Amino acid sequence: MSDTILECRNVTKSFFGVPVLRNVSLTLKAGRVLGIVGENGAGKSTLMNILGGVLRADSGSVRLGERDHAPQNPAEAFREGIAFIHQELNLFTNLSVAENMFIAAFPKMRIVGLPLIRRRAIREKTQALLASVDLHVSAEALVEDLSPGERQMVEIAKALGADARIIILDEPTTSLSSRETQRLFGIIHRLRGQGISMIYISHNLGDVLRLCDDILILRDGRVVGEGPKEEFTLERMISLMVGRSMDQLYPSRSARPSGEIVLEVKSLSQPGIVENITFQLHKGEILGISGLMGSGRTELARILFGLDAFEHGEILLNGEPLTRCSPHERIHRGMAFLTEDRRAEGLLINASVEDNIALVSLPSFARALPGLVNRPEMLRAAGRAAKAVRLQCSSLSRQTAKTLSGGNQQKVVLAKWLLEKPSVFVLDEPTRGIDVGAKFEVYRIMDELAAKGVGIVFISSEIEELMGMCDRILVMAYGEIRRCMARTQFDKEKIFRDALMENQLP
Amino acid sequence: MTTRKGNIVLFVLNNAPLILFAAVFGGFATLSPKFLAVENLVNILVQSASIGIVATGMTFVLLTAGIDLSVGSIMFLSAAAAGKLIAGGQPVSLAFAVAIAIGVGYGAINAFFITRLKILPFIVTLSTQFAGRGLSLLITQTRAMNLPRLVEVGSSKILRIPVPVWWFGAVVVFAHVVLMKTAFGRHIYAIGNDAEGAKKAGINTTRVVFLVYVVSGLCAAIGGLVYLSRLGLVSPKLGLQREFAAIAAAVLGGTSLFGGRGKVFPGTFLGAVLIQTVESGLVFIKASEYVYPLVTSFVIFFAVFVDSVRHVKLQQLKRRRIRVAATG
Repeated sequence: MSDTILECRNVTKSFFGVPVLRNVSLTLKAGRVLGIVGENGAGKSTLMNILGGVLRADSGSVRLGERDHAPQNPAEAFREGIAFIHQELNLFTNLSVAENMFIAAFPKMRIVGLPLIRRRAIREKTQALLASVDLHVSAEALVEDLSPGERQMVEIAKALGADARIIILDEPTTSLSSRETQRLFGIIHRLRGQGISMIYISHNLGDVLRLCDDILILRDGRVVGEGPKEEFTLERMISLMVGRSMDQLYPSRSARPSGEIVLEVKSLSQPGIVENITFQLHKGEILGISGLMGSGRTELARILFGLDAFEHGEILLNGEPLTRCSPHERIHRGMAFLTEDRRAEGLLINASVEDNIALVSLPSFARALPGLVNRPEMLRAAGRAAKAVRLQCSSLSRQTAKTLSGGNQQKVVLAKWLLEKPSVFVLDEPTRGIDVGAKFEVYRIMDELAAKGVGIVFISSEIEELMGMCDRILVMAYGEIRRCMARTQFDKEKIFRDALMENQLP
Repeated sequence: MTTRKGNIVLFVLNNAPLILFAAVFGGFATLSPKFLAVENLVNILVQSASIGIVATGMTFVLLTAGIDLSVGSIMFLSAAAAGKLIAGGQPVSLAFAVAIAIGVGYGAINAFFITRLKILPFIVTLSTQFAGRGLSLLITQTRAMNLPRLVEVGSSKILRIPVPVWWFGAVVVFAHVVLMKTAFGRHIYAIGNDAEGAKKAGINTTRVVFLVYVVSGLCAAIGGLVYLSRLGLVSPKLGLQREFAAIAAAVLGGTSLFGGRGKVFPGTFLGAVLIQTVESGLVFIKASEYVYPLVTSFVIFFAVFVDSVRHVKLQQLKRRRIRVAATG
């Protein structure tokens, strides 16, 4: 039972010149579960996407059994026997369970020239596969009528139906109840007994230790720890994951926050999303929110900015309660919001840089009566804002946002909001996917804003940058605030532990 | 995953076409008992055949979240070509074969622009709508053509059932089997649900979407021929604005404009009959002629409104939950 089924050698991958995987090697043996852990951005997903055919490695080799493995697309990887079960499941919700199982290759029979699907055959096969994962739903049931846990089982059954030898599970438990999680673990144990290998990716280190045979730890695209699980403890895993020294530079904070409250959130709840969120943001303060993907941090930001509704509690902006669910009202009253997905939500990607910068403040450049935009004045203001964020581009009017680098795109978004002179700025992952130099510029802009008295909510999954920039840090997990730390108490391991470990309901 | 109340709301939204159909039918029957006479019901079926067939093709397109605005012009072009050939003394069978080939070719042109050149279906089919109508007017020299010989075909009966109803039935049954029971049909639904996911699952989405527009062109041509053989007349207004009736019939039948949801039978079939029922019913209760468009547009608006509400509701139910246990 120790024959190697999958082997990666020196796999390397960069995005736009930023290395994401550096010489990663791993070995997966038949009938074993390999746990892969690492911080967000450590390269786990990229590595899995290469195995699953979504991405292609720049260099290095992957061997699957006796053959080289370089799938050109996910369907090919699936045929080769690697089933990749994503966090966001890949099922067609409007089709039945049986149809989902056989979507890529329906068995057919010809009746009066029409290639009909052999419905009874797929129903019977599906029912047998569902039984093998202990899922007792009808093969004819629509996927949209199933719970998240049941859908996950359908994905696993689908993998078994395709004779998958390797199943990759990417954060499979984030949307499962604890009972469903227990059931999933039972199935994983049973499949392992049948000789199927699995790669299990999770932030829940307790689960990884309980479930996996071998563990691999990634940090900054490198393997920093590898071996059978007996060699690891929770403590060792955490220190390996975060062990990086502070190699990034942060500007020193030029001013201290005042006592004046600009944003106050009282017992904010939205069932199923966030629960009992209470905090205050002061003038000139940078308040960090730490948490994993799916901890509710982005959802909280969307509620703060009025993109999503909340049922209970109160939000006070500059002392006045916000009643309606409306970004327009928030902007009008001095709130700004930088989204985590700048390309899709933060920019008009095909519009010019200056049009992007002027977008939010367009109404204030409209002449009172005819309502026509005073374009020269608007362009001058856009130019000033671009200079304030040190935007590097060849032409404000001719260059489109799409052609800028990630860092400069983010500066455009910042410049856009600066024109509005906000009193509260919510930043969701402002440094995601931008290089170190541009990160520093973003930090510098944040510091300048804070010094001018803007209250900043800084959401990030990189704990170092929160510790480098923030006055206080809130740790979120499971839609709740788990801890609030002042700058003098910052402790990376504590933050990490709070965000990671108690991933279940108390 | 869903609450009980949510389920009831969804049940009503999902079965809106049937409920609406029953309401309209019941309403007219109460207002005029003769409305339910067999003769009148058959008449409604005959009159809804043409648009019902076009709407069946439209359903294929809508299921992929696309749209085909050119069907009215396809009806016109294929009917005009057939009429021209018949008027020139060619056999009816040849004329019909040419008309159907035109429909398929027309659909393939739409499909080429949409799948190969990646132009939005709305723009492509809007352009070809104008091009097709212009071409047809050129062929007919904007003159009406009378073909009394054809009416004999259109008004004949097989087993006491009028020929247009046979056509309607055959197209609906065939389309239903294709959508429900073939890989092509199920792939259409998969693409409408998640186009990117369908591509990832190894479905040849380009081919499926291409064929969908060909099917729509084919159905529009058949619909044009059924119309032609019923009235024996090619007028410059043939098929004009019929794309709206076809879309409305599909949507009334529960097909979503957002893709992935809807059926030809009973859905689109009922939708087409429903639209015709409203018009016939208004005639029956001797309503003012000017009321027709108002009532019809209200019914269509209602159907689209239900579709939107249902879409929003489904999105809400699909929203990711962070605190799973808390929602029970």
